[in-house]
Amino acid sequence: MIKARVTVTLKNGVLDPQGKAIEGALGALGFDGIGQVRQGKVFDLQIETGDRTKAEADLKAMCEKLLANTVIENYTISLA
Amino acid sequence: MSFKRRRQGLNRTMKSAVVQLPGLNRDRDMIAALTKISGKAPVTVWQTETEIPDVDLIVIPGGFSYGDYLRCGAIAARMPVMQAIKAKAEKGVKVLGVCNGFQILVEAGLLPGALMRNASLKFVCREVKLEVVNADTDFTRAYSKGQIIRSPVAHHDGNYFADAETLESIEGNGQVVFRYAEGTNPNGSMGDIAGVMNKAGNVLGMMPHPENLIEAAHGGADGRGIFASALEVIAA
Repeated sequence: MIKARVTVTLKNGVLDPQGKAIEGALGALGFDGIGQVRQGKVFDLQIETGDRTKAEADLKAMCEKLLANTVIENYTISLA
Repeated sequence: MSFKRRRQGLNRTMKSAVVQLPGLNRDRDMIAALTKISGKAPVTVWQTETEIPDVDLIVIPGGFSYGDYLRCGAIAARMPVMQAIKAKAEKGVKVLGVCNGFQILVEAGLLPGALMRNASLKFVCREVKLEVVNADTDFTRAYSKGQIIRSPVAHHDGNYFADAETLESIEGNGQVVFRYAEGTNPNGSMGDIAGVMNKAGNVLGMMPHPENLIEAAHGGADGRGIFASALEVIAA
């Protein structure tokens, strides 16, 4: 079994109102000097295979087809 | 072409279909609107169906398909019925997506851009003004260019986004059909975009709910023209 983590983040230039709100809330808590907060998503997957090459190819397809909306989001894949 | 089709339309009742998915909740309003305006009840199509009956208009109504999990419309866009809708759209059948239906159409790649969380972060449920930017479409013939109509909106994720290149292209092609007018943009959409169609002109998505403003009991009938245009029931 392979454990994988997919991280999905907004592309540069895409407005992130949720990140902005979090940034404001952190400032209100007294955390100074925060340049910017961008919110994203993390997916932890367990894949029933020993074939890392196949797992990576499958994960890429999963990102392209569902996990990320590539109009607005980038993704990275890491295998444990 | 439009004149000929409209004349043909007068000779028969146009048929429509409403797609149903778990979590959609505006399907009954849509069925009522289509029935009242066309005089014929639409057929309903469940998400697992792989074939769509022979209809002139397919409507994906609003709601919260799959609880808006992952991204609004993302899961619905990958259901079997969407492949069938894509195939119909490629053959020129009209497809209208309202609210969550619009989100599903962009997630399915039938329309350009993306719909993101409202800039205010708030769910908006109110009336807005819409400018009919393009009145020369299968969905807006009943209106005139520049006409301002009223429409309700009710959504959390209606903030239209497209990259600069896409934006330039859809503006240039007349694919922007509706804009929020008179400072009523409720969600931060780029260019005040409220409704977009595909390049071929047979697929339209819009965040506002025209089906909720079609008769006097609603307090107005401004939304009626979209269905009257698509179902070709305009008095010639």
